[in-house]
Amino acid sequence: MSTRIFGSGIKRREDPRLITGEARYTDDIKLPGVLHMAVVRSPYAHANIVSIDSSAAEAMDGVVAVYTGDDLEGLAGLPTAWLIPDSDLKTPEHPALAKGKARYVGDGVAIVLAGDRYQAQDAADAVVVEYEELPAVIDPEEAAQEGAPLIHDDVEGNIAFKWAPFDKEASDAVFEAADVVVSERILQQRLLPTAMEPRSAMAQYNPATAELTLWCTSQNPHIHRFIISAVTGLNENKVRVIAPEVGGGFGSKIPCYPDEALVSWAAMQLGVPVKWTETRSENYLITIHGRDHVQHVDMAASSDGKILGVRATVYAGMGGYLSTAAPGIPTILHGLLYVGPYTIDSVYCESIGVMTNGTPTDAYRGAGRPEATFLLERMIDNVAKKIGMDPAEVRRKNLIPAFEDGYDVAAGLTYDSGDYPVAFEKALGMAGYGEFRRQQKSAAAQGRYLGIGVTAYTEMCGLGPSQVAGAVGFQGGLWESATVRVTPTGKVQALIGASPHGQGSETTLAQIIADELGFAVDDIEVIHGDTTETPMGWGTYGSRTTPVTGAALAKASQKLKEKAKTLAAHLMEASEDDIEYADGSFSVKGSPDQTQSIQDVALMAHLAWNMPEGMDPGFEESQFYDPPNFVFPFGTHIAIVEVDSETGEIELQRYIAVDDCGPQINPEIVAGQIHGGVVQGIAQALCEGVIYDENGQLLTGTMMDYCMPKADMFPNFELGETVTPSPHHPVGVKGVGETGTIASTPTVYNAVLDALAPLGVEQIDMPLTSAKVWQAIQDANGGGS
Amino acid sequence: MWPNKFDYVRAGSVDEALASAAGGGKFLAGGHSLLPAMKLRLDSPEQLIDIGRIPELQGISANGGLTIGAGTTHDAIASSADVQAMCSALASACGQVGDQGVRNFGTLGGNIAHADPASDPPTVLVACGATINIQGADGKRSVGAEDFFIDLFETALDDGELITSVSLPNCSDCQCAYVKFPHPASRYAIVGVAVCLKMDGDTCAQADVAVGGATVKAVKCADAEAALAGTTLDEAALNAAAEAVKADIAEDLIGDIAYPESYRQQMAGVFLKRAIAAAQG
Ligand SMILES: Cc1cc2nc3c(=O)[nH]c(=O)nc-3n(C[C@H](O)[C@H](O)[C@H](O)COP(=O)(O)OP(=O)(O)OC[C@H]3O[C@@H](n4cnc5c(N)ncnc54)[C@H](O)[C@@H]3O)c2cc1C
Repeated sequence: MSTRIFGSGIKRREDPRLITGEARYTDDIKLPGVLHMAVVRSPYAHANIVSIDSSAAEAMDGVVAVYTGDDLEGLAGLPTAWLIPDSDLKTPEHPALAKGKARYVGDGVAIVLAGDRYQAQDAADAVVVEYEELPAVIDPEEAAQEGAPLIHDDVEGNIAFKWAPFDKEASDAVFEAADVVVSERILQQRLLPTAMEPRSAMAQYNPATAELTLWCTSQNPHIHRFIISAVTGLNENKVRVIAPEVGGGFGSKIPCYPDEALVSWAAMQLGVPVKWTETRSENYLITIHGRDHVQHVDMAASSDGKILGVRATVYAGMGGYLSTAAPGIPTILHGLLYVGPYTIDSVYCESIGVMTNGTPTDAYRGAGRPEATFLLERMIDNVAKKIGMDPAEVRRKNLIPAFEDGYDVAAGLTYDSGDYPVAFEKALGMAGYGEFRRQQKSAAAQGRYLGIGVTAYTEMCGLGPSQVAGAVGFQGGLWESATVRVTPTGKVQALIGASPHGQGSETTLAQIIADELGFAVDDIEVIHGDTTETPMGWGTYGSRTTPVTGAALAKASQKLKEKAKTLAAHLMEASEDDIEYADGSFSVKGSPDQTQSIQDVALMAHLAWNMPEGMDPGFEESQFYDPPNFVFPFGTHIAIVEVDSETGEIELQRYIAVDDCGPQINPEIVAGQIHGGVVQGIAQALCEGVIYDENGQLLTGTMMDYCMPKADMFPNFELGETVTPSPHHPVGVKGVGETGTIASTPTVYNAVLDALAPLGVEQIDMPLTSAKVWQAIQDANGGGS
Repeated sequence: MWPNKFDYVRAGSVDEALASAAGGGKFLAGGHSLLPAMKLRLDSPEQLIDIGRIPELQGISANGGLTIGAGTTHDAIASSADVQAMCSALASACGQVGDQGVRNFGTLGGNIAHADPASDPPTVLVACGATINIQGADGKRSVGAEDFFIDLFETALDDGELITSVSLPNCSDCQCAYVKFPHPASRYAIVGVAVCLKMDGDTCAQADVAVGGATVKAVKCADAEAALAGTTLDEAALNAAAEAVKADIAEDLIGDIAYPESYRQQMAGVFLKRAIAAAQG
C-alpha cells in the first residue's frame, strides 16, 4: 500500500507568492510603449447620447486617440453565450461602446488612449458628451410592468426571456388540494462580487503576424479567446489569452466585457500595446453584479408537515445588457434546485429575465443556487410557523433518505449520492439544538432575543456533462482536459485548461497527481491560464475544477502509470504481472532489491534507448474528461444569533457548518473554502446590498457605503463533515467552492427572524441592517418610532 | 484613483507653511481624508503644502491641561498616558478612528479641519470644552470647539489658516466616555456620544454631553445635560436625558439611505445611556 497525500492538509503552495506580494497580476505586466485606456462612462442610467465632442480631449498632452461607438469599425458586439431554449430569448445587441443610448450608469461611451494613466483620465474628463436623460427603471418586477421605460427597442416589455419548464397544471392541483399554503415575496438583493483584484486587460498586436495577445483577469481564458476571436474577426489560433495571477473572481471574471474587447481592438488599430485597469469605483459600477431577484414564492404542505410542493415566479434583473452567461443563472442554475434535499414531489418555476437600467448581472458565487436554497429554507420556516411545528422537525420529516448511486427528483435532476439525515443530525448535535431551545425560552423571559436557523441543502456543481450543457443552451462544452508531462529529470508539469484564481487548486490537483503517480507534491507544477501553453478547457467556476479537471488529471496519471509499469517490467526483464508498485517505485515480486523508481522510468522513456516493442517514447499523457453527471455536495448549517432590541443589531454567536463534499483532498483548503463562502453568504443576510436611487444612480458605489463583511463580525466557525463519495467520479470528490454561500444566507436570516418572532416581526428584506431590524420591531409593536 | 495634477511643497515650520499657503492650495497632514478625495477627483487643489514634518505641530504636553499638537496622530493620542489620565474619552475616541493604519497616519488637526460629520474626535472636543488654536497670516487666535464646527465639512477656519494645536481642560476628576455606534460599512460613527460627568458623591453635579455622527456637526446637548445634572443618574434621569438628547439634536440631524435620520435620532438616546454607563464603568 502506498502512503497517500490525499487527505492531508498541506500548506497551499500558491501562498508564498501571494502573501509576499511576488505574484504577477495583469496590471503588474509592463510593456514598452504601452498606451493607457480610460473609458468615458455614462453618468446616467438611461439617456440618449445627443453628441460627443472629443476635440478638447484630442488636443491634450499625451493623447493618441479618442474613439466613440461609431468609430469601432470591425468590432462586433459582445455575445451572450447561454441561450436558454424554449424561453423566447431575446439577445439585444451589446456594443462595446454605447451607440445612440446609454443603458446604465457606467455604460462606456468613448475611450481615450494616452501615454499614461493620468493623461488618459484627464482627457476622458475633457470629452464633452451631451445626453438627453430618459426615465430609468431598476427594480426587475417594475421593469416588467406595462408602461415601464423601454430599454432595448427589440426587447418588448423589457422581457428578455420567460423560462417555465415544469407542469403548471400539476403544480396548481397540488396547491389547490393542500392543507396549508404559505407565501412570501422574497427580495434577493443585488450584490457586488468585490474580488480583491479589480479587472484589468492589456492587449498587444503584431501586425506582421496578425497575432493578438490579451492578458486579462479571466476565470476562463479559453472562453475569452473564443469570444475575442469572434468580436475582432481574428482567427482563434492567432489569439492568445493569458490569465496571469488572478486575484479572485467569484464569477465576476467569467464574462467577456466591453473593456477586454476595446483594448484588443485599440491595440490592433494603433499597433501598440494598450492597457486598462479598472479602479475600485469602476469595479462597483461596471463589473457584473450578482443576484437581483424579486420572487413570489408559495409552498404547499400537509398539516402534519409534509412538504407537497413549491412554486415561484421570479423576476430576475439582467441589467442594461445580457452578460455572457446571465440567462442561465436564474433558470437552469436556479429552478432545477427547487427540491433541495427534500422529498418534494411538485415544483414549478417561472423565471422572467428582465432588462433594467442596472449594471448587468451574471454568475456570482453560488449563481442561482443560493437564491433557490434561500427560498426553500425560508418557506420551510414559514410552514413550520404556520402549523406550529419545530422547523428542524419539519426538515427532518422531509429529508430524502440516504442513497449511494442516483436519486431522481421532481425537478428533473439525478442526484449522485447523499446521506442528508446523517449530516443533519450531526449539525443539530453540534449545536445542541434541544438545549438551545430551552435557553432561548429562559432568555426570552429576561427580555433577550435569541434565535436559531437551520438549513439543510444540496447543490449541483462540478458543471457538468457537456450533453446537458448543450441541451440547456450553454454555448460551450463543460468537459476539461489536462496533460501530465514528466521531464527527463523526473519533474512533473501538469497543464490544465481550467484557470484557478485563488482556490488553492495548484495544491489540491498536485495532491491528486502525487498519489496516482508517486511523485512528491513539490516535484509537481500545475500550469494554467494561458491558451497557448495549456490544453483546452472551459474554465474555473461552478465548483468544477476539482471534480472535472481533477478527474482528467487522475485519469491521465493512471494512463502514465500503466505505461510506466509496462516499461519498468521491460527494463527489469520481468513479466508485467509480477510488477509491484508502492510509493513511486516498481519492483519485481520476490526480488525486492530490483527496483525502478518512477523517475528512472521517466528518464528511460525519454531516452528511448530500450523500449518494449510498440511503445512510443516520451512520458506524457493527456486526458479529456466529460463528467457523466453533476456532483451534489450537501450538508446542514446552523446559526445562533442574538438581536439587540434597542438598536436592532445582530450578534452572530455561533455558526455550525457540516458539509459533505465527498473525500477531502486537503481539509485545510476545504475549510478555507467553507469559511470564505459562509462569510460571503452571511454578508448577504446581514450587511451587503446594492442600493440605487430612483434615477438609477448607484448609492453604494464605494466601500464607505457598500458593507463588505469584516472579520470581527464573525465567531469562530464550527465545522463538521461527513464523507459520501460521488459514485461517478474517479476519486469520489465533489465541489466545495460555493456550498458556504449557498447554505449560510438563509441560515442566518432564519435565525434572526426566529429571534424576532416573539416581537411579532415576520419579514424583513435583506440585508438585515440594524436600522431595518429596529424599524421592523417598532412597526410590529404597532408604534413606529 | 487618478488625481488631477498638483504641485507639492514641504513646509519645515509653521511660518513656512503659512507663507506657502498665501499662494493657495491645501495643507497635507496625514492625507487620510484629503488624498482619497483627490483620488476620486472630488477635490483638486493646485498645491499641497505638506505640514507632516513640522516639529512645532507634534506632540502632547500636559501642564494643568492638555495641549495636543495639530499634527499628532490618532494613535499617539490614543496611547498617551497623559490623555488617558486627563481626558480618557478623547483617548478612546482616537482609538476608535478607522483602523490601525488610519490611526498611524491621520492627525487630530486634519480630522477637525476636515470636519466630517461622522468623525469621532470632534464629539469629545465639544463635550469637554476644548479650544482650537489657530495661526494665520494675521496672527494667532483661539476658538472654542463648539464655535469651531459650523456645518458639514465647514469650520471657523479661514483660507490659509493653520490649526496649530488643541487645548483641553484637565478632566481627570470627571467620569468621561465616548461610545460609538459604527457604520458597518465605513466604521465611521452612525452616532457617537461623549459624556463628561462631574460627580459629587452619588449626585451628578455637572454633565457635559455631545453627539456626533447623527448630526451635521458635533452638537452640545444642553437639554440632556440639564436632565442629568442634580440627579443620581437613576433610571428616570437616564430616560429623561435620552428623550432630551433627541430634542437637542433634532435640528441638526443627518442620515443616509441605510441609516436614516429618524433611526440615528433614536440611537442617540440609546447610546447616551450606554455612554453614561461606560463613564461610570
Ligand atoms: C479608511 C478610513 C477610515 C477612517 N475612519 C475614521 C473614523 O472611524 N473616525 C474618524 O473620525 N475619522 C476616520 N477617518 C478619517 C481620519 O481620521 C483622517 O485621518 C482625518 O479625518 C484627517 O486627518 P489627516 O491628518 O489625514 O488630514 P488630511 O487628509 O491630510 O487633511 C484633511 C483636511 O484638513 C486640512 N488640514 C490638515 N491639517 C490641518 C491643519 N493643521 N490646519 C488646517 N487644516 C488642516 C487639509 O488641508 C485637508 O483639507 C478615516 C479615514 C480613512 C481613510
